[in-house]
Amino acid sequence: MNLARKTKVRKLALWTWSWVATLAIATYGSKYIWDDHAFLTTFSIIVNLINGVLMILSNRDLFNDFDELEKKIHLESMAITLGLSVIVGLTFSLVERAGLFNFKAEISYLVMFIGISYLVSFVVNTRRYT
Amino acid sequence: MKNRVRELRSLRNMTQEDLAEIIGVSRQTINAIEKEKFDPSLPTAFKIANLFQLPIEEIFHFGK
Repeated sequence: MNLARKTKVRKLALWTWSWVATLAIATYGSKYIWDDHAFLTTFSIIVNLINGVLMILSNRDLFNDFDELEKKIHLESMAITLGLSVIVGLTFSLVERAGLFNFKAEISYLVMFIGISYLVSFVVNTRRYT
Repeated sequence: MKNRVRELRSLRNMTQEDLAEIIGVSRQTINAIEKEKFDPSLPTAFKIANLFQLPIEEIFHFGK
């Protein structure tokens, strides 16, 4: 890995960790730190949102540094992840509405599903081309 | 697409790492091209052809 790539990976890691940290602060801060103070709650959400945008920009920056095979692997992984998220998400919704089972899904489950799908597709696609 | 990249690289005593650095791609990409698991883009194919000083059609052959 060359120096430019290392810098981009470090930058993405930094923004990702700070996004996770600000998300945790925005989620639990009003309950455990500032006791439902409206301004601080709004401020923490805005900081988290700005942090998220910066994380997306550094991810795009890293993606643009990939060579053609790396881009192909990531694009295929994204396509599989997007497809799976829509199909599985809607199937789950249908099953729940039909009353076939009673399980209250939260948005965090979808985020975890997206993360795991992307990771598995990335590993499988990388193995396909090596 | 079939290609002679591995053969031409070996003739010049180059490693995959060396070729990757000159062409500006990762070593994994060179490996995938040599194993014919990945077809390079036109600019990359031209860079390889220029490096080996051969016409592109003498390195890459279309067909299964």
